[in-house]
Amino acid sequence: MTRQTLLRMENIHKSFGPLIVSAGVDLTIEEGEIHALLGENGAGKSVLMSILCGILSPNSGQIVYKGRPLALKSPREAMQQRIGMVHQHFMLVPNLTVAENYVLGQGWPLRVIRDMAQVHARIRELSARYGLDVRPDAVIEDLSVGEQQRVEILKALYHGVDLLILDEPTAVLTPQETGRLLDLMRGLVRDGKTVIFISHKLDEVMRASDRISVMRDCRVVHTTRVEDTSPRELARLMVGREVLMDLPRTPAVPGPVALDVEGLSCNNDLGLPALRNVSLQVRKGEIVGIAGVSGNGQTELALALAGLLPVASGRVRLAGDDITGASPASINARSFAHIPEDRHKMGILLPMSLAENAILHGFGRPPFARRGMLSRDAIATHARHLIRRFRVKTPDEAEPIGNLSGGNQQKLVVARELARNPDFILVSQLTRGIDIGAIEFILQEMLSQRDAGRAILLISTELEELFAICDRILVMFHGEILGELPPDRSRIEELGLMMAGQRPVSDPLRRDPAPAGLSAPA
Amino acid sequence: MTQIDQQGRGGAATPPPLRILRKAASAGLAMMRPAAALAVALFCGTVLLGLNGFDGISVMIGMVFGVFQDMRSVSEVLLKAVPLILIGAGLCVAFRCRMWNIGAEGQFYAGAVAATFAGVSVEGLTAWLYVPLITLAGALGGAFWGGIAGYLKVRFQASEIVTTIMLNYIALIATSYLVTGPMKDAQAAYPQSARLFREAWIPNLIPGTRLHVGILVALVLALALYVFLYRSSAGYAMRVVGINPFAAAYAGIRTRGNMVAAMCISGGMAGLAGAFEVAGVTRRLYQSISPGYGFEGIAVALLAGNNPLGAILSGGLFAVLRSGAELMQITSQVPQVLVLVIQGIVILSVVAFAAIRWQPWRKG
Repeated sequence: MTRQTLLRMENIHKSFGPLIVSAGVDLTIEEGEIHALLGENGAGKSVLMSILCGILSPNSGQIVYKGRPLALKSPREAMQQRIGMVHQHFMLVPNLTVAENYVLGQGWPLRVIRDMAQVHARIRELSARYGLDVRPDAVIEDLSVGEQQRVEILKALYHGVDLLILDEPTAVLTPQETGRLLDLMRGLVRDGKTVIFISHKLDEVMRASDRISVMRDCRVVHTTRVEDTSPRELARLMVGREVLMDLPRTPAVPGPVALDVEGLSCNNDLGLPALRNVSLQVRKGEIVGIAGVSGNGQTELALALAGLLPVASGRVRLAGDDITGASPASINARSFAHIPEDRHKMGILLPMSLAENAILHGFGRPPFARRGMLSRDAIATHARHLIRRFRVKTPDEAEPIGNLSGGNQQKLVVARELARNPDFILVSQLTRGIDIGAIEFILQEMLSQRDAGRAILLISTELEELFAICDRILVMFHGEILGELPPDRSRIEELGLMMAGQRPVSDPLRRDPAPAGLSAPA
Repeated sequence: MTQIDQQGRGGAATPPPLRILRKAASAGLAMMRPAAALAVALFCGTVLLGLNGFDGISVMIGMVFGVFQDMRSVSEVLLKAVPLILIGAGLCVAFRCRMWNIGAEGQFYAGAVAATFAGVSVEGLTAWLYVPLITLAGALGGAFWGGIAGYLKVRFQASEIVTTIMLNYIALIATSYLVTGPMKDAQAAYPQSARLFREAWIPNLIPGTRLHVGILVALVLALALYVFLYRSSAGYAMRVVGINPFAAAYAGIRTRGNMVAAMCISGGMAGLAGAFEVAGVTRRLYQSISPGYGFEGIAVALLAGNNPLGAILSGGLFAVLRSGAELMQITSQVPQVLVLVIQGIVILSVVAFAAIRWQPWRKG
């Protein structure tokens, strides 16, 4: 069946200063399809969609919509073109009713009030037509997250859309609600709408969409019909990096167990289960990798180990001591270091100087503080030492760290954490968003830490990074450890399958593509 | 200045001469901002006076000369600077910890009430004991009042902006109740408390003026808070909490404790100002003992760029403006409402200039 082209985005470029967020994207959307946009966090999905609905304007490139060039200057214009978007964070006023939210900014207040009964009737009619179960007089803050999402979708339908964009709609939903949402998307398409569905969850994409575009490094790297692909191919396309790094390394000499995790379960900040019965061990002198598509519990695993997320059940032992549920301060006081996943959110203080950033853990103890007062000389000396040793490019240690490039910021974080002389190092997304030169330097440093007898747990979505330095790779899916693999590039297919939720099998892998609509075992 | 710059510039290899120039420019700019704010405000004030039929320029000049006329008028300025510096320096600490304490006015009242209570109830103490006692009572009263908002914030996530404003009303109304009821001076016709025992009065600094030693305390405490924030490890932790609470948690810093502590410190400073006002100036508690020092203190902290040392300068500046406004009213018969409007323009212009981020070397 050939369909009409509804939308064509050609060679879309967008950058903020030196930061490139869209590097020549080409994307074609056919009328009446569910088109999934698949990619890791930061792959450029949301930026592309923000361009499409008028929030951002591209630096260059062309958009053709319904056969005519489209240049949107505001979300209002997108609405006039019947393009609607449901954002990841809902755009609803919590203390207003559903109907009141819908009429916000729609004409003169008095006319809107006069027509309120009509608005209610139309909401009820649309709600019944799509089986959305939305009451026009419900107050937003009384609704569950899933209900609010339906309110958002209905809002787009209320204003009239031909093209509906859903930005990571399943991130906040329970599995039941997710199933219901996917049914709704089918219903919309039957009604002649076109849906773009942003996700980084392979199984949903396989289940719900007609065609899939995979984004990586701010480009669309592949577009395919769902029946022509498989979860393993998608996983590889999503995370695969072209640059192969071959760092010289010797076989690991594992020593005694440093970290021992037993049956660990946790909930995420929305109260949904994020870790299910995770058990793993990291020995001194080895690097254990955690692979997986992002959003499968890796973030929560790191937070739980660092004492930043409450543990629902299970045990965590560090060098034999039980640290389950211990405070971050008491875990920090041990022989422990943590390079967090998101520098800007957690690892550094942007407006503070490098020197002040370098004492984030040790600020209360000698040599950095004596009798409660900071020792400025000792702090400056320490910072200069880290800067020299890790070749951080900065004018001096008094420079605010926010003025440095991402790679140099990360070098300082790594330097700071390694200077704590830890037995166990917890590392998340070690090389995210930094340049190749810095990546090699930091990976090399991790290897020499391993050879010095440190235990390292490396959580990463970059397979190349894992292959380059890990001694064992564990695969996480839906909060579980699915299995273990050696860091052997020739088994990348197997790894991709496990990342897509396939449990490891002992017999040789079958090479035929997975059937269409395959849903991953839960 | 108060805006935290979170934009990276990418690449840090700027040649040294350019960097020195940039740092000098940014330091110059930091000084320029308050000056520009003041200039704009004075200009607007002059125009406004002119529009209302006054000789704006001569009124303004008369004001400046009047304020610095003699020892007595200068001492009056310094007297007004005491609460402004205390409150402003305290608020710098709260704002650095990203606690938006709008309740210094209420904390001032809480301190004044606590000091009055201590100052009228114990008889026969020497001044060496009594003055520290009521000073402490005032500080504790204010710290308690600020601490309530801090506790509500960390326990129930109640916005401290809302709770501190609400607590202002409670403190004001409670004070009115106290001076018309339980604490009212039996002999007096007006709602006011009994006079504080003489031993509780804050010692005078310059004979023949009303200036008391509180000004020295204010200067020392502003310096102490600066040292606390920028030279002590506890102050470092508090700033980390203010910049990024996630990073603070990651570093094992107790974010909640720091937030409450920041509220208690700023509340304590405001309470101390209240105690000084009662025991150093009025000697009695009145219904409206503060002419809005608590609110003006916010502008003081803002103009100081949340730096307690800067609060000494900006507190002094606001004291000059306040004295000048009074003088304008008395000597030039400028109506009080017009004086209030001009004060408002000063504060608005200070806030507006503090919010401007003019950084020509940073594009995008």
